[in-house]
Amino acid sequence: MADRPPLSGTTHAIPQPAGSTRTRPPAGAPGSPPAGDQGEGRRAGRRSLRRRERLAAAAFLLPAAAYMVLFFGYPVVKNFLMSFQKYSTSTFYTGEAPWVGLGNYRSVVHSSVFSKAMLNTALFTVGSIVGQFVIGLSLALFFRRRFPLSGVLRSLLLLPWLIPLIVSGAVWRWILDKDNGALNRFLAGVHLAPGHPGWLVTTSLALVAVILVNIWLGIPFNATILYGGLQDIPEELYEAASLDGATGWKAFRYVTWPLLRPVVSVVLVLGVVYTIKVLDIILGLTNGGPAHATETIATQSYHLSFQQFDFGQGAALGNILIAISLLFSVVYLRANRRAVDE
Amino acid sequence: MTRSRRTRVAVASALALPLALAACGGSSGGGTQPTAGGSSAAGGATTTLRVLDYYNNDPGKTVWQKALEGCAAQAGAKISREAVPGASLIPKVLQQASSRTLPDLLMLDNPDLQQIAATGALIPLDQFGITGDGFAKGVVDASTYKGKLYGLQPSTNTIALIYNKDILDKAGVKPPTTWDELKATAKQLTKGGTYGFAVSAPANYEGTWQFLPFMWTNGGDEKDINTPQVAQAVQLWVDLMKDGSLSKSALNWTQADVNDQFKAGKAAMMINGPWQFPVLDAAKGLNYGVAQIPAPKAGEKVVAPLGGETWTVPQTKDKDKQALAAKVVQCLNSDESQLNLAKQNDTIPTKTALLASFSSTNPHIKAFADQIPTARARTGELGADWPKAATKIYTAFQAALTGQTSAADAVKQAQNG
Repeated sequence: MADRPPLSGTTHAIPQPAGSTRTRPPAGAPGSPPAGDQGEGRRAGRRSLRRRERLAAAAFLLPAAAYMVLFFGYPVVKNFLMSFQKYSTSTFYTGEAPWVGLGNYRSVVHSSVFSKAMLNTALFTVGSIVGQFVIGLSLALFFRRRFPLSGVLRSLLLLPWLIPLIVSGAVWRWILDKDNGALNRFLAGVHLAPGHPGWLVTTSLALVAVILVNIWLGIPFNATILYGGLQDIPEELYEAASLDGATGWKAFRYVTWPLLRPVVSVVLVLGVVYTIKVLDIILGLTNGGPAHATETIATQSYHLSFQQFDFGQGAALGNILIAISLLFSVVYLRANRRAVDE
Repeated sequence: MTRSRRTRVAVASALALPLALAACGGSSGGGTQPTAGGSSAAGGATTTLRVLDYYNNDPGKTVWQKALEGCAAQAGAKISREAVPGASLIPKVLQQASSRTLPDLLMLDNPDLQQIAATGALIPLDQFGITGDGFAKGVVDASTYKGKLYGLQPSTNTIALIYNKDILDKAGVKPPTTWDELKATAKQLTKGGTYGFAVSAPANYEGTWQFLPFMWTNGGDEKDINTPQVAQAVQLWVDLMKDGSLSKSALNWTQADVNDQFKAGKAAMMINGPWQFPVLDAAKGLNYGVAQIPAPKAGEKVVAPLGGETWTVPQTKDKDKQALAAKVVQCLNSDESQLNLAKQNDTIPTKTALLASFSSTNPHIKAFADQIPTARARTGELGADWPKAATKIYTAFQAALTGQTSAADAVKQAQNG
């Protein structure tokens, strides 16, 4: 609806003709070129104006820059330095942290858990992302159709996001319990798995169980962002495509997918960066066990820093994780730039 | 120096005013204690001591508040106490150590003491004339770093075998005393939805803590776990699991989970500590008894791990407050206070002379108390290197229990890291 001119009683308002929704700046307002200036004076004025503008721009940037340096720059640099030091509990009191060069990196990479943790991190990330994305996309496509209660159901999808991780971790631990867990009771009840599989206590199943829980946690994020992306695809395109005989799967392949690609890449890259560092849900479910079956780089780093108090080694492992995340971010930024260029 | 002295006097007198008023109001409880406002300000008599601990749940929270207030009043001070959740105590201490804001009186879980003492943030208690004479040896070991005593522990706890009397009576068996008996009894009691035996064996220090009495009693040592003694202890747990007497879920159970299983009648025997008594006593129709941990052979001395928290005096700027804090530590450890704390918190006094009379008051606590004289501290041998050894221990039994390797290979691989 168009803006209406104010009714009587608002005497301070400037009267406007009906239908005009935009106010024009009055003459002489900052921003409009000064009339009548000529030659040198004008050029000098413009230069000083530009300098002032640049200063103002810098001043506006300053708080953001200071924030970045303080809350992002400092921890990253500190963590980087820490990884080259023998940083123990004593360091906190004495401030002494002897330089050990690459020693911390050498010990974490050569530890027997490292390759296992690396593999688990990869499996956990890939498994979680694939599961979250496929289910998230299916749900987003499903909710694109309007049907009774679709809005309510869509908002219910956000539930996993609303529950604190500690709580969902505890509930899932109970559901997945071997002897009396809800899942095994159910499976035994319908004669699917009468043997009560030990979801969290068998080395072959624990990682699968942890991935499944993480998929459950990640679905709301994927579904919500992808649903948003789907809303941006104009309906006319589907109509035009259907005239050309592209319906169903073909419409998805030739209309939805190409237009959703930018959103998909955001979802996937953010998903990788979020998933690769997941710590709380693993600690809550299995604590990295049984027998390192669910140990990832993140849990191992936590363990080294906060349980063995070897902050240097923990930092080294954390930096390896940051490097991997960074790699994905760079891939994403490049892919994005290419998309913009196109 | 003079300036800080003057401000201190000013602060002290400012603090003394409301105290004196309160004393006039008749709210002070202990008649025998000197009134705080009465003594001279120069001695720092009315200072407030900052206290940090992790007894943040009742009943422990209130019990300790009363004990601390009582002892502080005896020393002529007040307390300002902060009780944080257990997991955030060490991060908080490290943060305070680096910003030089450590409290005047600090409680630490006993295996953490040497770690913190190694930083130099604590004051050796011999400076205040405090010794560990009369305390159980393991308790003193835990609070000693490089030959000096840094903390005193008023009460301790350990783990023992808690059994369901009704289930054992029905089957006509006695609580097991040897490993062979344990295996046989556990198997016999495993029926339907009930397991014969339950322990907590997760991949963390809680699992290590539960494994220690078996490993230590069999002669195993944390310095090198690649020994037949440790492998045999691992094998015991593996056998119990293979027999079906111990649920595979033990690999992910906390001690509280184990207690829940026992309480619900899903386990006939469990390894657990006296801190579970309130929960067990509240369970209707549950009739339980406590026995010592079964030993490998009949008559062998059980070596259980010591739990509990120790009280320390951190390095602060104020010498007077340090002396007051040391007095509070001494007072918390007086015979009377030890007995009182142990009784109210379901723990055990740490002075060996008090053990016999204390255990006679509560039949459930007897088996625990009987294990105290021979019990060992986790950090007694390795000190600040204990976390690494504890990690190796749980890595070993987890590898064997999940069936990845044999017990002998598990201890070998874990030891070699």
